[in-house]
Amino acid sequence: MRGPVYKIFKYTLFDLLRSRWLSSYAVLIGLMTAGLLYLGDDPTQAAVSVLNLVILVVPLVSLVLGLMYHYANRDFALLVLTQPVPRGSVFWGQLLGLGLSLTGAYLVGVLVPFAAFAALGMGAVDWPTVGMLLFVGAMVTLVFSSLALYLGVGNDERVRALGVAIAVWFVLTFVYDSLLLAFIILAQAYPIDRWVIGLSMLNPVDLARVLVLLHLDTAALMGYTGALFKKFLGTGLGTAAAVFALVLWTVVPAWLAGRVFARKDF
Amino acid sequence: MVRVEELTKRYGALEALKGVTAEFPPGKVTAVVGPNASGKSTLMKSILGLVVPSGGEVYVLGEPARKNPRVREHIGYMPQDPRFPENTTVREVVRWIEELRGAPKLDLDELFAYFGLSPHLDQPTRVLSGGTRQKLSAVLAFLFDPEVFILDEPTAGLDPLASSRFKDRVAAERDRGKTVILTSHVMSELEELADRLVFLLEGEVVFAGDLEELRERTGEVRLERAVARLMEAS
Repeated sequence: MRGPVYKIFKYTLFDLLRSRWLSSYAVLIGLMTAGLLYLGDDPTQAAVSVLNLVILVVPLVSLVLGLMYHYANRDFALLVLTQPVPRGSVFWGQLLGLGLSLTGAYLVGVLVPFAAFAALGMGAVDWPTVGMLLFVGAMVTLVFSSLALYLGVGNDERVRALGVAIAVWFVLTFVYDSLLLAFIILAQAYPIDRWVIGLSMLNPVDLARVLVLLHLDTAALMGYTGALFKKFLGTGLGTAAAVFALVLWTVVPAWLAGRVFARKDF
Repeated sequence: MVRVEELTKRYGALEALKGVTAEFPPGKVTAVVGPNASGKSTLMKSILGLVVPSGGEVYVLGEPARKNPRVREHIGYMPQDPRFPENTTVREVVRWIEELRGAPKLDLDELFAYFGLSPHLDQPTRVLSGGTRQKLSAVLAFLFDPEVFILDEPTAGLDPLASSRFKDRVAAERDRGKTVILTSHVMSELEELADRLVFLLEGEVVFAGDLEELRERTGEVRLERAVARLMEAS
C-alpha cells in the first residue's frame, strides 16, 4: 500500500502528462533552444543565450501554468479532501506532480536539441555548461512552481492571482535588476559589494544567472553580480551559496503555501 | 453516530456557527434545516473536515474527527453541487477514489445500474448533466458502505426515478443502522425521510429532536408549516 502523497502525485502527473499545456511547453523550449543552437556558430554562446531565455521564459511559464493547473484542479482537490487522506498529502502530492512535470518538460526541451546537435556531429557541445543550464532551469522551475501554488492557494480569485504572478515575474526579471544597478551607481563611493551579493540572493532569477556565470569564463562580461560572487566567494563557495539560496526559495514558499492550505476552508 | 460539541466557526467578522452542540444518532435520518446562511453547509463541511472549525470538536463513531482524516473512511458524502476533474471519465473517477480508499465494499456495476449511470461510464465528467453528476456522487457515497452519510441537497437535479430510488436506498441504509445527516429545501422529501430535525438559525441550534416533538411543540402536522412556525417564533 503506497502512501497518499504518492497517489496524489501520480494522479497529478498523469493528469498533466495528458494535458496539451505540458507538451506544448516542452516543444516551445525545444524550438527556442534549437533556434539559438543551430543558427549560431558557438554552442557555448548558445548555452548562454538559452540561459537568458531560461531567465525570462521559465519563471513566467511556471507561474502561469502552475496557477492554471491549480485552479483547473480544484474540483479534484475538493473530491479528494472528502476522502480519508490527510490534507497535507493533497497539497504535497500536487506540488510534487506540478514541479516535477514542469521540470521534466524543460529538461526534455533543452536536452533534445543539444543531444541532436552532438549526435549529428554539428559541433562540440560543452556538456558541463549544458548540465549547469539544465540544473539551473530545473531549480528555477521548482522555485516558481512553488510560488505559483503559494499564490493560488492564497487566492480564490484566479484573475487576481494571475495579476500578482505577472507582477512578481516582472519585478524579479526586470525591475529588481534596474533598482540594484541604481543602488550600485548611487553608492559607488562606499564598499557595498557584500550588500550587493546579499541583495541578489533575494532574487531567484539573479541567483540562476549567477550560478551559470560562475561556471563560464565570460562572467565579467555578463554582469556585475556574477563577477562579485566570483571575486568574494570564489566558484565553489559562490555556487554553494547560490544553490542554497535557491533551495530556500523553493522550500519557503512551498512551506507557506502548505500552511495556508492546511487552514483553508473549502 | 456523529456528535458535534460547542462547534464554532468564524469567517472574519461573521460567526457562522456559534457553539453548536448536536447529536446525529445511528439508525436515524437527521435533517439539518434552517434559512439560507444559517450555517447548515458550514456544519456539514465541518464534520467532513472541509471547513476548519474555530473551536469545538466533532466526533465520528466516538472518535475525535478534527486532525484525524481516517474517520472519513466511515463517511459517504454527497456535496450540493458535485464537480469532478473535467477530463476524467466516470469510470476513471471511480478508479481514483478506489485507489485512495481501497477495494469497494459493494458491487460497483450493480450501483451503476441502480442509479442509471451505466450509459455514461466512458464519458468525460465535463459533458455530464447536473443530475448525472449527482448520480456519480451517489455511487461514490454508497460504494464503500460507510457508517455515516452526509447528504447535502442530494436529490437536487435528479429525475423522479433516480430520486425515488435514491430515497429508497437512504431509507434502507437507515434501517441497517446507519447514521444519515441530510439537508434539503424540499420539505416533502424531508417529511418522507427524516426522523429527526436539527433547526439552525444564525449559527445556533434552535430546535433538535424528533419530528413528533416538533409537531407537538408547534401544533402543526405538516413539516413545512411546523418549520415555518419555528422560523416565525425565533
